[in-house]
Amino acid sequence: MLNLDAAFSALADPTRRAILARLAQGEATVTELAEPFAMTQPAISQHLKVLEDAGLIGRRVEGTKRPRRLEMAGVDAMEQWLDMLRKALEKNYDRLDEVLAGMKPEKGKKKK
Amino acid sequence: MSKMTIKTEGDTHVVVTRRFAAPPEALYRAHTDPALIQKWLLGPDGWTMPVCINDARPGGKFRYEWTNGKGGDFYITGEFTALEPHSRIVHVERMHLPDPTPDNHVETRFDPDGSGTLMTIRMTLPDAQTRAAMLATGMEHGMEASYVRLEGLI
Repeated sequence: MLNLDAAFSALADPTRRAILARLAQGEATVTELAEPFAMTQPAISQHLKVLEDAGLIGRRVEGTKRPRRLEMAGVDAMEQWLDMLRKALEKNYDRLDEVLAGMKPEKGKKKK
Repeated sequence: MSKMTIKTEGDTHVVVTRRFAAPPEALYRAHTDPALIQKWLLGPDGWTMPVCINDARPGGKFRYEWTNGKGGDFYITGEFTALEPHSRIVHVERMHLPDPTPDNHVETRFDPDGSGTLMTIRMTLPDAQTRAAMLATGMEHGMEASYVRLEGLI
């Protein structure tokens, strides 16, 4: 379940962005995820919970392990949303292109 | 079309660039003359800007209001900090939803680029959390559209 507000807030943190980057390469256990960071496992678990609540990652049960992985539905929804923003901005500037094309050179220049 | 780029910089900046065929003078006018602003600063189809007031001089205020005719109204207020015709505009703005968002400091540059202009908008938000919130709320109109480093990450 994706919550866009939560998803964007989740991405405001560099550690969580790094966790996502790691998971983009494939699933990983909490221990593996904690490895590159000078953080305790509970601290990493807290970050994982934020990402999980935001709908960006999920977990799989494999014996006693709970490997985490990206939830592509959440990631895709974010990308779609960002794409929509990008298109809205591009639309503004496409309109601005037309406005600029229709503008006459500034009158009353001080020259002369 | 990839004339435009949007990227984050550090924890608090968002940088947008776009090339235009017109000279910097025209870009500067299109960003300061309300009658021109109303023609393009609209975001997605269906939105209009019924109120566009600005006092384009250092210390001058502005207020832009948008509506989609379906109750989706909001507005932005701000102040101009510096205006250097025709190369640079610095302003502070906040969105009212209706509670005001934290101040967004925006520097807009128009640099000659061949026979056209390279526009560079650099936004500075108070902190990373605010930048993320800006992405997540009220941005549907695409005025300050922003971008999390998702493309590089995933």
